[in-house]
Amino acid sequence: MSATPDDMTSRISRQAGNLGRWFNDRLDVATFYRNHLSEYYASKNFNFWYYFGSFALIVLVIQLVTGVFLTMNYKPSAAEAFASVEYIMRDVRWGWLVRYMHSTGASFFFIVVYMHMFRGMLYGSYRRPRELVWILGMLIYLTLMAEAFMGYLLPWGQMSYWGAQVIVSLFGAIPVIGEALSEWIRGDFFISDITLNRFFAFHVIAVPLILVFLVVVHLAALHEVGSNNPDGVDIKKLKDDKGKPLDGIAFHPYYTVKDLMGAVVFLGLFAAVVFFAPELNGYFLEHANFEPADRLKTPEHIAPVWYFTPFYAILRAVPDKLGGVVAMGLAVFVLFLLPWLDRSPVRSIRYKSTINKVMLALFAISFIALGYLGLKPVTPLYTLLSRIFSLIYFAFFLGLPFFSRMGKFKTVPERVTWHD
Amino acid sequence: MADSTQPVTAPDGEADDKSRRRFLTLATAVVGGAGVAVAATPFVTYFRPSARALFLGAPVQVDVSKIELGSMLRVEWRGQPVFIVRRTAESIENIAKGASLIADAASDQSDQPEYAKNELRSREPEMLVVKGVCTHLGCAPQYLPSVNAAEVTQPWYGGFFCPCHGSKFDLAGRVFRGVPAQKNLAVPPYQFLGSGTLIIGEDGGAA
Repeated sequence: MSATPDDMTSRISRQAGNLGRWFNDRLDVATFYRNHLSEYYASKNFNFWYYFGSFALIVLVIQLVTGVFLTMNYKPSAAEAFASVEYIMRDVRWGWLVRYMHSTGASFFFIVVYMHMFRGMLYGSYRRPRELVWILGMLIYLTLMAEAFMGYLLPWGQMSYWGAQVIVSLFGAIPVIGEALSEWIRGDFFISDITLNRFFAFHVIAVPLILVFLVVVHLAALHEVGSNNPDGVDIKKLKDDKGKPLDGIAFHPYYTVKDLMGAVVFLGLFAAVVFFAPELNGYFLEHANFEPADRLKTPEHIAPVWYFTPFYAILRAVPDKLGGVVAMGLAVFVLFLLPWLDRSPVRSIRYKSTINKVMLALFAISFIALGYLGLKPVTPLYTLLSRIFSLIYFAFFLGLPFFSRMGKFKTVPERVTWHD
Repeated sequence: MADSTQPVTAPDGEADDKSRRRFLTLATAVVGGAGVAVAATPFVTYFRPSARALFLGAPVQVDVSKIELGSMLRVEWRGQPVFIVRRTAESIENIAKGASLIADAASDQSDQPEYAKNELRSREPEMLVVKGVCTHLGCAPQYLPSVNAAEVTQPWYGGFFCPCHGSKFDLAGRVFRGVPAQKNLAVPPYQFLGSGTLIIGEDGGAA
């Protein structure tokens, strides 16, 4: 009896099944897949704000891949760095695309991360039991700032050079050890070839490894406690007889499809910037950075890239060097404490009192205003405004333990809100 | 001998065993920790300036005889700009006039060799030698020698203005009150060899 096509198919699939079983007996991928995708339940009412976590992963991959390609032609030496970037831009096939993807990716990374963090603030995602998820996220944010800062030195343009000069000298403000510390960071008496070479090592090896590690731990910690949702309702309280949360849907296929849809729109936007406005009029790549670094000539106006400017404005608002550095450090550090500063009886802004909504709005406005002021040159008016907005910024966190309990709160429903 | 063959679960030996185990764990941790500290030393020291960087940071020699009265020469030492200004008699008078605006007039909080810790912050009244690095965040200040220069807020008797964050210094490199920088422009070690030759980075141990 000769084998029919159907027999062949079933035999192949049986053998493939055997291979799969052999593999899974040795490395249990199936359980991992169930625990983190097909039977990982997330609240069914995720909205627009919940895209940004997956967007951050997409940008991370873009940065890793384009970064590897850039490394193939970039030369980390003071004599050659600037020219090698120009070489990538002009002579390497598609080099301009890879480079612009990487530089645009840096800014997009911060846009996405800021939105992701603000989502956490809106819906109280940092509240118990998700404190550790928030802290790991903050560590990712810090690592990302280090990665972006060191990456910005690599093209060895004027702004690369003087931005690094300003930031490294911040360490010089630390009493007693400051000067020795900045010399230790630079490996020289000034930002030099030596500094560039070590920043390159950090930017392409050490920091990305830490970043990827932290992202894995961030996700692992999230999957331990489960995602929050726009209502701040604990969906694990009400489960069906199979133990599945009533308001939960499986991450795969429901949210993989949703995120995929979001990714299409996001990548479209990303491509639009890469193709039509990769420098974004000096916001993503500053004009002064198209001039090679000259350590004897300071640019008229030094501003960091936009994603650092809120903190830079706080630094400049304080008329004392050490004080400014401390204020800037505190502005970042205080975010770590958010889970313990917020004592509101509800998680989500939807059920919070008016004063909480107003304060969060003021915080968001002051953050954006500081970001704008940090880009501008120093004038008495701008300094005054920077001081006012810095005060609002800190007032939000200092006042949080008190006003977070004030006012009239709405009752949080048992189930997430949902319309059919 | 007999002890070593006893089973570790012996009821009377149990207490001993635990404390011994704890001791061994602690001892291993201490020795291992010391090993890690020693092994870390070369990696930490690796970051310090190399022998070549130190060599390139050696003193530089400058011919200052050709600097005109009132103008500034900018040279490089250790990768940093050093400003050399030949001050006019008038600008030396202006330094005294603007003294009330100065935060650290006596240079008590600032960095300079002993021989430059005076009102004019120099070895010789006419020649000012300062690092052209703003003591706030390391930008290079602009030289604006004329009285009431338009680029800065008044009163202004001539000096240095940092465009980055608005710090102001007089013609002795002394910082104004109420600006981000707290210290006067640093004075590098220097000495004159005969007339017109300046060595920056070395002062023959003079104090």
